[in-house]
Amino acid sequence: MDIFVQQLINGLVLGSIYALIALGYTMVYGILELINFAHGEVTMFGAMICLAILNALLLHSGLPPLLILGIGLVGAIGFCMVLGYALERIAYRPLRHAPRLAPLITAIGMSIVLQNVAMLIWGKKFLSFPDIIPIQRFTIAGANITNLQIVIILLAILIMICLWLLIHRTRLGRAMRATAQSPELASLMGINPNTIISATFMIGGALGAVAGVMVNAYYGPAHYTMGFMLGLKAFTAAVLGGIGNITGAMFGGLLLGLIESFGAGYIGQLTGGFMGSNYQHVFAFFVLILILVFRPSGLFGERVGERA
Amino acid sequence: MIAKLQSKWQHAKQDRRVVYATWIVLALLLLLLPFVTGMTLGRGWVRIIDFALLYIMLALGLNIVVGYAGLLDLGYIAFYAVGAYLYALLASPQFGLHWPVWAILPLGALTAGLFGVLLGAPTLKLRGDYLAIVTLGFGEIVRIFLTNLNAPYNITNGPQGISRIDPIVIAGVDLHRTYHLFGLSIPSTYLYYYLFLSFCLAIIFVCVRLQDSRIGRAWVAIREDEIAASAMGINTRNIKLLAFAMGASFGGISGGLFAGFQGFISPESFTLFESIIVVCMIVLGGMGNITGVILGAILLTVFPEALRYLGELQRLVFGQILVDPNDLRLLIFGLALVLIMIFRPSGLLPSVRREREFAADNSSVLEQEQESLYDQQR
Repeated sequence: MDIFVQQLINGLVLGSIYALIALGYTMVYGILELINFAHGEVTMFGAMICLAILNALLLHSGLPPLLILGIGLVGAIGFCMVLGYALERIAYRPLRHAPRLAPLITAIGMSIVLQNVAMLIWGKKFLSFPDIIPIQRFTIAGANITNLQIVIILLAILIMICLWLLIHRTRLGRAMRATAQSPELASLMGINPNTIISATFMIGGALGAVAGVMVNAYYGPAHYTMGFMLGLKAFTAAVLGGIGNITGAMFGGLLLGLIESFGAGYIGQLTGGFMGSNYQHVFAFFVLILILVFRPSGLFGERVGERA
Repeated sequence: MIAKLQSKWQHAKQDRRVVYATWIVLALLLLLLPFVTGMTLGRGWVRIIDFALLYIMLALGLNIVVGYAGLLDLGYIAFYAVGAYLYALLASPQFGLHWPVWAILPLGALTAGLFGVLLGAPTLKLRGDYLAIVTLGFGEIVRIFLTNLNAPYNITNGPQGISRIDPIVIAGVDLHRTYHLFGLSIPSTYLYYYLFLSFCLAIIFVCVRLQDSRIGRAWVAIREDEIAASAMGINTRNIKLLAFAMGASFGGISGGLFAGFQGFISPESFTLFESIIVVCMIVLGGMGNITGVILGAILLTVFPEALRYLGELQRLVFGQILVDPNDLRLLIFGLALVLIMIFRPSGLLPSVRREREFAADNSSVLEQEQESLYDQQR
């Protein structure tokens, strides 16, 4: 039983991180129908920038650690918003009317560029997060949970609620939904699609930055290649929920996190010891294929009106 | 300038002798290429050309799935892996088997084709990006199995990979040795060049013949509009599966050749990045156009290698090496991908159909094209 609760907690933490990144993919897809392959790298930059700020401030200023963490997080968010905006301007806007696979290639190209820029700046070492959060353990139903895990889950939920409110309750959100349905008609209503698209990339970048910092703080060292697998998993989560659908990305992320963590925990028992936890990723992809076979457009894919 | 040359060429093509002469010159160039390259750029470059030929085969195989049938496959390297591992298992000390190459390659093509159907069958209903992510997942599943199938039974030898794979032997000629003929020494990489070249030509021939055949036209019809295609009496299920199987079998053959050529394979050669690079070759060269795909494959194999000279260039310009050229290589490669796509969004040599759509300046046709390529089921 305690293994079950433990895996549930682990899955929720992993899932909320996936969900935050998946939202970046799905919002862009909803408007441009474009897989932003470089989004994982934006996440990586978020982690790296935060880390750089933390290390610099811890060394040279006497500020309290939590304030430094806050500054680092805000700095990372700001940088990733600019990065998301620049990405769209450089790599995607010139190709808005090109054949559909062309932006996919520029996205891959930008992803390679960003990875290597990060490598040139921060080197090939694994960079660990400084010890500024004192870890406390609590025991719930026989399972361990740390204050960091609680913060990650709560912060992710808070951000997702804010995003939901932004999309459903504000002018900007309404403009985003309108642009997702039809950019031409939206522009007839006085909405500038370019502004909306830039805003979407910036919001996605901000969410990615937060997720990157969370990964770095919770799972350990940051590395210039960390964005690739993260992005892949988050994109899988977005597809699982039905790509282009905001609610879908949130649930897809949580679901994928839970699948992975339960898969890793129980796969040995299920296959009689033949497969170990190193087949964790196989499990995730296998479930993805199964779900898509029975629901070809994802779990929430049908409600087209809800795209944003 | 280019248009002038093109019209001149069209004019010259009327004359049969010009056409024959061009073919003969081309054939001679291809025959002499390894010797010329070996003498001017060094023998290392012949090896790179060998790899370029392998990638051409891969890209042409994937072109059937992506370029003709319009099914975005991001896990194509899995079939390459299947072919390579089949060769490695049947011709290495791993199981003590040493089958001849002519038995393994057809078997590899068949097995890879079967895997293609295995991937295609459950995903027939999927469209566009959903298909892309499932194929990507399939590729990762194959790679993870290859990495982990060393316990409890050792089949693939896990992450260490399989080494000491038998070299390819054709008609008694061991391609791993250096032969001496008329005072010329012909090293192993040159021999492999001729082998790969002949396989390449065979695959190009198959692709050219397929393109305008009944099957080829059926693929294009499915790409443009699946419902209309099925209304025209095309069995879309079988034709799609055929595209997956054919594309995969090309991958299987080149995988087998790769294993024999390298003598060593490990799961690291079959990552998602490789799949993505093959997709880049196709899109960059010009999807659906055989010449374009070949050009894309050559460019993307040779260009990163040429960037190794960046160190020399830095020494010439700055007098010292400022940044390790190996660190800059991929960065410039990525930039080049972005720039080429921005300036030639439909690829370097777009297929005739696509070019017509662009030249027509008819945005509605273009829009239709964009939607039909990978539209979702709405």
